[in-house]
Order: sequence, then C-alpha cells, then structure tokens
Amino acid sequence: MPLLLSGNEAIVEGALASKCRFFGGYPITPSSDIAELMSIRLPILGGKFIQMEDEIASLGACLGASLTGIKSMTATSGPGFSLMQEHIGFAAMGEIPCVIVDVQRGGPSTGLPTYPSQGDAMQSRWGTHGDHPIIVLTPFSVRECYSLTIRAFNYSEKYRTPVILLSDEILAHLREKVELDTSIEILERGFPNVPPQEYLPFDSRYDVPPLAPYGRGYRFHITGLAHDETGFPTSNPEKVQKLQQRLATKIKEADVRDLDVRFMDDARICIFSYGSTSRSSLRVVNELRKRGERIGFARPITLWPFPYEEVKKLSKKVDMIYVCEMNLGQIVREVERASECDVRFIGKADGTIITPEEILLSI
Amino acid sequence: MKTEIATNYIRKEKLPFIWCSGCGHGIALASILRAVDSIGWKKDEVCMISGIGCCGRMPGYVDCHTLHTTHGRALTFATGIKLANPSLKVIVVMGDGDAVAIGGNHFIHTARRNTDITAIICNNYIYGMTGGQASPTTPRGSFASTAPYGAAEPPFDIVELAIGCGASYVARGTVYHVPALDKLLKKALLHKGFSVVDVLSTCPTAYGRRNKMRTPVENFMWLKENTIGISAAKDKTKEEIGEKTLIGEFLNVSRPEYTELYEKEIVEKAKSIRS
Repeated sequence: MPLLLSGNEAIVEGALASKCRFFGGYPITPSSDIAELMSIRLPILGGKFIQMEDEIASLGACLGASLTGIKSMTATSGPGFSLMQEHIGFAAMGEIPCVIVDVQRGGPSTGLPTYPSQGDAMQSRWGTHGDHPIIVLTPFSVRECYSLTIRAFNYSEKYRTPVILLSDEILAHLREKVELDTSIEILERGFPNVPPQEYLPFDSRYDVPPLAPYGRGYRFHITGLAHDETGFPTSNPEKVQKLQQRLATKIKEADVRDLDVRFMDDARICIFSYGSTSRSSLRVVNELRKRGERIGFARPITLWPFPYEEVKKLSKKVDMIYVCEMNLGQIVREVERASECDVRFIGKADGTIITPEEILLSI
Repeated sequence: MKTEIATNYIRKEKLPFIWCSGCGHGIALASILRAVDSIGWKKDEVCMISGIGCCGRMPGYVDCHTLHTTHGRALTFATGIKLANPSLKVIVVMGDGDAVAIGGNHFIHTARRNTDITAIICNNYIYGMTGGQASPTTPRGSFASTAPYGAAEPPFDIVELAIGCGASYVARGTVYHVPALDKLLKKALLHKGFSVVDVLSTCPTAYGRRNKMRTPVENFMWLKENTIGISAAKDKTKEEIGEKTLIGEFLNVSRPEYTELYEKEIVEKAKSIRS
C-alpha cells in the first residue's frame, strides 16, 4: 500500500524496519520530528526513547545501548552534529555500531534554521579528529530515506562502525507517495563463535571482529584509547599501527561505494550532484535529453567512502563534469581529484535550493 | 567488615596499577569491590564505566563489563546501558573534574532522572593525570598548576549538588575512613535510583606536593583531621566543627526510579492507547 510520507517520517520507518529499538536525541530543527515520532513508536514496540540533555549525551546513550546489543540511532542537524563529533570518534575507535542522521541546515554555527544546505559534506567525513573509518549515505528521495536508513543499519552492524545518513531540510519535509520496500534484508549483529575465555573484542584475525553484547558472559574492555586486540590501552607503535591499519581498511569500499549513473552511454557532459540537489539536476538532464542533448547524470548514494574509481572512469568518457551542491565547494574537490576531464562548480550557500533554471543557466 | 581485597573481581594480569604511590584511588577501588562482593553480584551482571583521568583507568582492572569513555560523558553511556538493559548493575566511577566540570551537565540530569546508577566520584581536588590543574572542587586558596596564586573560585560541594539535582542516595566518605566507606558504598550500590558517593581521595603527586603535604601519609592525615562524621558533628558547636568537611550518609530516600517509570508510565500508556 502506498503511503504519503515525509523524508523524516521515512527515516523513522526505515529505522523501525531495521529493528532499531533505542533512540537518544536532543531537539533541533529540522530533525526534531524524527525524535518525536520515535518517542511515539518505540515504547509500543518494546524499544526505548530518551531525550538527553544535549547531543553529546544523545550519542553517548546510543553507544551505551548499542553495547547491550540493541540497534541504536540518533538524529540531529548541523550544530548538534558538531557536538556529536566527539562520540562519532569514540564509536569509530571502540567499533560500536550506531546510526547518526544529520538533517543538514545552513551553517556555520547556528546558521540558517531552517533552510537547506549541504554544508556538512566534509564534516561528515572528517568532523572528528584522527584518521577513522566512516560510511556516509545520502538519500535524494523519500523512498531512499527509507531504504538508505536500512542500509545504514546494515552497514553499521556489518562493519561495526558509525554510519551517517546525510539528509537535508528539503528532503526532511518533502512529502512523496512511496511504496516501502519490505524485501530489503535486515542484517543482525554477529555473535562471537568462540567461548568467552577465548574472545578478543578487537581480534585482528578478522577485518571486523564480532561484538559481544554486555551481560551475555563475555566480559571485555572498551576504551577510546589506542588499544590492542584485547581492548586494553597500548602505546606500542606496532600494535597501534596494526589497529589503525585494520580500522582504515575494514570497510570493503567496493561493497559500499555506490554511484547512481544515468544517461551516460553517449554523454559528453555530466551533472554530478547528491542529496536533494540531485532532484534539480535530474530534472535538467531529463529536459535536455528531450531536446537531444548528450548530457548525463551521476549521483553518489554513498558519499563516503567517495567513489573515486567510478568517477575517474566516468570522467574519461566526457568533456566536462558540472558538480552541483548547496555549499561553496566541498565535494567538487573530490571530483576534481578523481577526474581526467574539466570540472566546474555550480553552488551556493544562501539557504535556497539550487533550481533547475539556475543549473541550466550555468551550463 | 573485613578489609580484605576481593581479588576475584580483579583482572590480575593488568596489575600493577598505573596510579602513583600514595594515590587513594586503589583504596577506593578495593572498597567498591568489597561492597560488590558482599552483595554477591555476579561479574557478568556488573558494568563499570568511567570517563577520563586517573580514575578513568579504574574499570580496566575490574573483571566485569568495562567501558572507558570520553571525558565527562560516562553517565551518558551508563544511561543508555541501564535503559536498554535494566537488569545490568551499572557503576560509574569519575574524577572530580570529570564528574562536575566537563560532565556537570550529565551529572545533574542523571540525578534529575533518578536512573538506577551508582556514581562514585574519586574526589582528589585536582586534575591529576594532566599535571595538577585546578578543578571545580579545589578548595579556595589551594595551589594548583593553573592556580599559582591560590584558587580564587569557590568549589562545588558535590553532596549538595547531588541532593539539589534529585539524587536519591547521597553520601560522602574518604579513603582514610575505609570501613565506613565500605558501608556507604554497599548502601549506594543497593539503592534503587541514582546514588552518589563523593569519595575524598588523595593525590600527593599533583595536589599534596603543592599544598604542604608532600608525603602520602600527610595527605591521609589531612583527610583524618579535616573531616568529621555527621553524627559526631551533631553534638559539636559550629566553632568546634570549623572548616571540617562532613562525611557520612546525607540522603537516603525512595523516589521513583527512571527505568521503572519508563515501563509504568510510558510503555503501558503507549500500549493501552495503541490497543
């Protein structure tokens, strides 16, 4: 049965379908309705909702809940996302699964409540200090808000990593008729296949060692400090390097990278965009195709790890890539790094959506 | 009560402790473990969570579910764990800066919710691990590496803070008065709701050294001479008590506990409205 849902509502549906049973959050526009809906739905399903005292606490509570084996999520927007960086780093170091929804609004600082932006594209990759693994998914439709939330939980459990769902104010409150895809597989967290006395929470024989939930016989230590396979702190350079290497390579990029490519077979130019901006660029591409122009469309569904190889391949086929984003130039630099053709930038950060007309004028 | 160490709860392979000679944290840990042991909690039902600093290293030595989190945020992780799995016994150990400076917001809100968590603050008046900077409990006039002219700021009284914010069990002990500390910790652990024990500890390395207490013994004698039990203080005049810090049990009341409230007032209502 088709439903009329907003992006934020679809994220809630996706989370609940993924068996997310814990939400810790703090009010911030334009993400608050995710928390509000979770506060209604979770208690009915035997889950827990808690409004914490700030965003740092929200993610801390989610990580605590996740360690008991419960899938956990929080949702926020730019200023709150900045505060969460501390615990995104902890989740990356402690390898604790969790999903963080960032419904972007204009920045820096309090910025533009509530107008759209894609200003958190780089922060979602590098916001917390130190080298760290991260996966960032960026939906462009209400339907994808649902399916990518499920994918976010699946990746989070599969790779024991924080996963960020990077939405924005337009998608948050956009309503579309959607048929929720109930066929998407829901991944459950692995359980150690060794007895407790042999269990190593950071076993380097695995790319992603299984995580035992608290209270099930496996007693171990988790710290934000650099640690060895047992989970206890170490500053031994060899052991630290081994940990860093495993963390940096544990996410199988080929499995995670996802570039949505359309009309590229004979294209001479390509419009590259992500999130809600892709809605405008797809409109432009469709219009120009009707007029017989050889124009293509590319959109990273997985923003990070960035699809460098796919963009490189694409760049060999075209003369020009236009990168379109609601900021002053963030992902365009990654496209430039990957491309062998000319790259031009179409962007702004004034709190208004980039319209199809603006893109048309720029190309 | 015997003051033997409950070695069965210790991860012996992690010894020796990283703490300096004369540090009171080991005494506090031994007291916590005796309390846990006398209650008879199984290792697998206990979570010990810490933040950052000397006290942050405490859970690493304990054979239970242990989590060494970020500075000041231990209570947020504890809240998530307790709410997600209320059958777990959740103990949070924090330093003074950890608990009431950077973690102050989390401390007051965990107290307000009255979640069934025991917060033990190893209060040695100083940031020890970072080299002796002033903390929110550094007494006025005491010296610290960032208070070279003496601390001018008034300190927090952790007991009053906890009571004011809604904790339902609040006590203060010291690492000098060990049998008394054992009893306070046991009551705190058994208490249903947010229980706080302010454990006055020692830091000869970073605090005592700057405040005319160079040896560990002088630090412990200071605790002996500058504290007075609540009951002993009752018969004394204000002048007799002077600047001494009160120790003992300050509050032990029964208030609705948050994870139980969640089940009763949220889950049941949600399900009845739904049906």
